[in-house]
Amino acid sequence: MSLLRTPQSGRSGIRSLATWYRSGGLSAIVFALPLVLTFLYFSWSPIVRGLVLSFQKNNLVTTPEWVGLANFSYVLTDPQLPQATVNTLYFALLALIFGFPVPLFLAVFISELRSAGWLYNVISYLPAVVPPVAAILLWKFFYDPSGAGVFNSILGWFGLGPFAWLNSPDLAMPAIVLEATWAGAGATSIIYLAALTGVRTELYEAAELDGAGIWKRVWHVTLPQIRGIILIMMLLQLIGTFQVFTEPFLFTGGGPDNATTTILLLIYRYAFINGDFGAATALSVLLAGVLCVLSVVYHLLTRRWSIT
Amino acid sequence: MTDERGIISVADRKRPLVRHGLPAIQVLLFVGVVIAGVGPLLWLLKSGLSTSQDILRGPMQLWPSGIQWQNIPDAWTRVQIGSYLGNTAIIAIGSLLSTLFVCTTGAFVLSVLRPKWGPVVTGAVLATLFLPGVISLVPLYLTILKMPVLGFNLQNTFWAVWLPQAAGAFNILVMKRYFDSIPRELIEAARIDGASNLRLFTSLVLPLSKPIVGVVALLTVIGSWKDYLWPLLVLPDPRLQPISVALPRVAATTEISLQMSALFLAVLIPVVLFLVFQKQFLKGVGMSGGIKE
Repeated sequence: MSLLRTPQSGRSGIRSLATWYRSGGLSAIVFALPLVLTFLYFSWSPIVRGLVLSFQKNNLVTTPEWVGLANFSYVLTDPQLPQATVNTLYFALLALIFGFPVPLFLAVFISELRSAGWLYNVISYLPAVVPPVAAILLWKFFYDPSGAGVFNSILGWFGLGPFAWLNSPDLAMPAIVLEATWAGAGATSIIYLAALTGVRTELYEAAELDGAGIWKRVWHVTLPQIRGIILIMMLLQLIGTFQVFTEPFLFTGGGPDNATTTILLLIYRYAFINGDFGAATALSVLLAGVLCVLSVVYHLLTRRWSIT
Repeated sequence: MTDERGIISVADRKRPLVRHGLPAIQVLLFVGVVIAGVGPLLWLLKSGLSTSQDILRGPMQLWPSGIQWQNIPDAWTRVQIGSYLGNTAIIAIGSLLSTLFVCTTGAFVLSVLRPKWGPVVTGAVLATLFLPGVISLVPLYLTILKMPVLGFNLQNTFWAVWLPQAAGAFNILVMKRYFDSIPRELIEAARIDGASNLRLFTSLVLPLSKPIVGVVALLTVIGSWKDYLWPLLVLPDPRLQPISVALPRVAATTEISLQMSALFLAVLIPVVLFLVFQKQFLKGVGMSGGIKE
C-alpha cells in the first residue's frame, strides 16, 4: 500500500485534498453531521453547562455570576437534604427487596414451561405497556384511604385495614414501590428470560447425576450462568431508582410530611419552582458523582466476587 | 427430547411431589399473574363504563348498576382525549424519525466509513452513556429555552421533544455494533462496483439492518409514549401536551367516571398494539437486555 501512496510534498497538497474528497472524506463529514450536531446541542454541551452552572448563580433574569462553591454549600446544608437522601435510599432498598426476586423467579419458572410460557409472558408484560402516568393515576385511586377504596375493600374481606396508604408517612413509600414493581417486573423478567435461553442445559444433566435436587440445580447451575445479566440489571435498577421522579411526584408530591421527597423531587423544586438553577445543577452534579462512584465500586466489588 | 430438557428432568416429573406440586404452583402463579396483569385493566374497563357513584361506593362490585356507554364519547369530546392522543402520536413518530435518522447515519460513519476522527466521536458518545441522565436535565431545559448560537426558543414546539430524544448514546452504539457485524467483503464489493457512500448506505447497509432498526424503533416509540417529566417541562401549552402530561391535570378537574374512561382510552391503544405485535415486542425487549450485557 505504501508504494501506491504519493509522497507528501507542497505540490501534492491540492491533489491529496482531491483524493480525500473523491474517497468520500466529505461525505463522511456530511453523514456525521446529524450525530455530532444533536450530541453537541443535547448531550455534550448540556453536561459541560451543568458543571459550569453549578458554580454560578443563575435565575434566568439577571446575568449569571460566579459564586464558587456557594451552591454546593447551600444544597448540602438544606435541612431537606438528609430526609430526601434517606427517602431515596429507602426507595432503592425497597425496590430491590420487592422488585428484584419477583422477575427472576418469574423468568426461571416461565423458562421451565415449554408451551404455555408465552401466555405468562404476555400477561406479565401487560403492566409494562400501560403508560406510567395512567398506571399511577389508577393506583392512586386503588390506594383510596377510605374503607370503600379498592385495596381497602379487598383487605376488608380478610378483616384487615382500612389502611391510610399514601396518606400515611409509614406506608406511602412502600405503596409507591409496590406500584413501581408491578409496572417494572414484566419487562425485567423478559430480559432474564432472554438470558436464560443461553443457559447450557447439559449441565443440568450432570448436576442431576451428581444428585442435585431441583432447587440446588436452580441455585448452582441456572443462576450462576446468568450472573452477568443479573449483576447488570441490579446496577441499572439502582441507578434508575436513585433518579426516581414520576412516581413520588404524581402519587404524593413528596408528602405526607416529606416522607416521599426524593433527591430528584428536590432538584425539580429548586429549578422549576424556586427558579434557582444553580442549586438544582449543583445537586444534580452531586447525585451524578455519587452514582458514578457507586458504579465503579459496584464493578470492583462484583468483579472480585465473580472471580472467587 | 434430551437436548430440550430444562431444570426439571423427566425422572423428576415422575416423583409424586413434583407431579402434583408443579401443576399446583403453575395454577397459583397463573392466577397471580392474571390478577396482577389483567385485573387492573378489567377493573378500569368496568369503571370507565360506570357512573361516578358506582365507582366511589362499590369499587369492587363485579357488575355496575348500568353500563354508561356515554362515558367514552364524553371523555373523547369533553376531556379532549382525542387531541392529546394525537399529540402523543405526533411526538412518538417525530422522535422515531429523528432517532432513526441520527443513529443510522451516525453508526454508518463510525462503523462503515471509519474516518480518522471516528474513534474520538465513538468515545465521546460512549462517555455519555456512563453519565446519569440527571446531570443534564436542567441545562438541557435551559438549552431548549435559548438554543446556543442559534438563539431561538424551542419551548412549546415539538422539536423540543424530538431532537433531544435523538441524542441517545445507547441507540447509536447498538446500531454501530450491528453495522460492525456486516461482512466487510460486501461493503468492499459494493465499493468496487462504484457505489457512492450514499448508495452504500441506502442500498446495502440499511436493508441489511432491518431487524435492529425495528428494535430501536420499537424501543423509541415505547420510551416516548411513557415519557412524562421532559414533555411536562418543555410543552407547557395544553394544546401541545401528550396524554401523559395532560392526564394528571385533567384528573384534578373532572368527575371520577370521566377520569376513568379517559384513563381507559389512554391505556387501550398501547395495550392493543402490544397484543397485536406481542412477538416483536417481547423479542425487542429481550434483545435490548442482551445488548446491555
